[in-house]
Amino acid sequence: MPGYYNTQHLADFSRIADVQPELGKKFFDYYTSVFADGALTAREKSLIALAVAHAVQCPYCIDAYTQDCQQKGADFEQMTEALHVAVAIRGGASLVHGMQMREQVQKRGM
Amino acid sequence: MSVATATLQNVTEDLANDRRTPRADKTLRRRCSPLASTAEQLRVLAAVPIEQESARVEFDTLTGKLRPAQLEIFQVNVGKLCNMTCRHCHVDAGPDRVDAVMSDEIVDQVIAAIGRTRAHTVDITGGAPELHPRFRDLVEAAVAAGKHVMDRCNLTVLLLPRSKGLIDWFAERKVEVVASLPHYRRPNTDAQRGKGVFDRSIEAMRLLNAAGYGRGAAGRRLTLVSNPAGAFLGASQATAEREWRQSLEREHGVTFDRLFVLNNMPISRFLDWLQQSGNLEAYMQKLVQAFNPAAVAGLMCRNTLSVGWDGRLYDCDFNQMLGLEIALPDGSHISKYDEASWHTRPIVTARHCFGCTAGAGSSCGGQTA
Repeated sequence: MPGYYNTQHLADFSRIADVQPELGKKFFDYYTSVFADGALTAREKSLIALAVAHAVQCPYCIDAYTQDCQQKGADFEQMTEALHVAVAIRGGASLVHGMQMREQVQKRGM
Repeated sequence: MSVATATLQNVTEDLANDRRTPRADKTLRRRCSPLASTAEQLRVLAAVPIEQESARVEFDTLTGKLRPAQLEIFQVNVGKLCNMTCRHCHVDAGPDRVDAVMSDEIVDQVIAAIGRTRAHTVDITGGAPELHPRFRDLVEAAVAAGKHVMDRCNLTVLLLPRSKGLIDWFAERKVEVVASLPHYRRPNTDAQRGKGVFDRSIEAMRLLNAAGYGRGAAGRRLTLVSNPAGAFLGASQATAEREWRQSLEREHGVTFDRLFVLNNMPISRFLDWLQQSGNLEAYMQKLVQAFNPAAVAGLMCRNTLSVGWDGRLYDCDFNQMLGLEIALPDGSHISKYDEASWHTRPIVTARHCFGCTAGAGSSCGGQTA
């Protein structure tokens, strides 16, 4: 095993469907449909994907959607704002759990 | 050179004194860059290693399909003089390029050829074509010959004192303004064209809108042209047009009629930038991998004659910038131009052509697939 992450993995991603191809095909067809222009534009979806990629901390996805956002016409400011949405939700998710702490502290404390 | 030299000198003096147009770069010629030579550009392009898997679509395999269609566009490049120096410029245009400006003699030959051509459109480009001392003569001649006229405009040129009244003059002649704006927001536009260019471009669009341009009227068409600000392909034209329309109207109160999305050609200053930034090989790979056979039918080399500042003829403005002359039996000069033989010529291609066949395709009329 040469390492956990390898840039070539992204280029070779479609080979995951070499095994159980019908499942792979269903996934990739679905994936393509998700990112097509719809009620949201392809650029808006790409920005969402970029934010989620940072939230799930997937280096493949960050690489892919940084490139995709640029190509879809998003600029650095828009991409950075999308990133901060992910950061705000991650931070907010921790902070809002503080309500559990707060509830228990108040219940047991004097 | 027999250009109306007194007037040309006035133009260059104005450009030298112009402190308001932002400039992003210096011309390759001024920097004495090796890439100022077209031979060096072709050598660099040919030397890029392209992976075996992708090399199957080398351009030679296209020759069967890449044949002349009907001649529709008579494109005149009046020279490399420009008030700007954008980082991606495929012309290496700039305020110092007085070495490459169409002479009076050639202008007269071009006007004579416009009178004879069956092309329905005369597309005038540069540099900033509006700076040419005889620009208005060319437009008048094309209008008199019943042609639709397109002015390839960088927007900021419209704010120069010498352009006062030009927009109304265009409107009276129904000239279509085809204006470069890399992106509908400031950061990418300024990165490519110079800090402050976005705001000046919006100012010019307001003047155009005030004259009735960009509001859906047939004789007042304002077309915007977008280029990616980096080593990636253009966005989908239809989607981008909707987003641009909403954003430009909401943020700046300006409107336009249609958007062309182009790819950047790996030549001249963009080639220099690709080299300097270490993106050349990956960009060429990207262009070749994105080769789209469906983009070929709509390529501009099939319906366009491109005339250079010195009267030489080419299949497109990019071939012109690489010195790849048209293959006509009577030679490649406007003084000997025979439209009958234009229809039977083989189209001249080289590696840069992958820029026009990548993704959704790219030509002076926007995406082609």
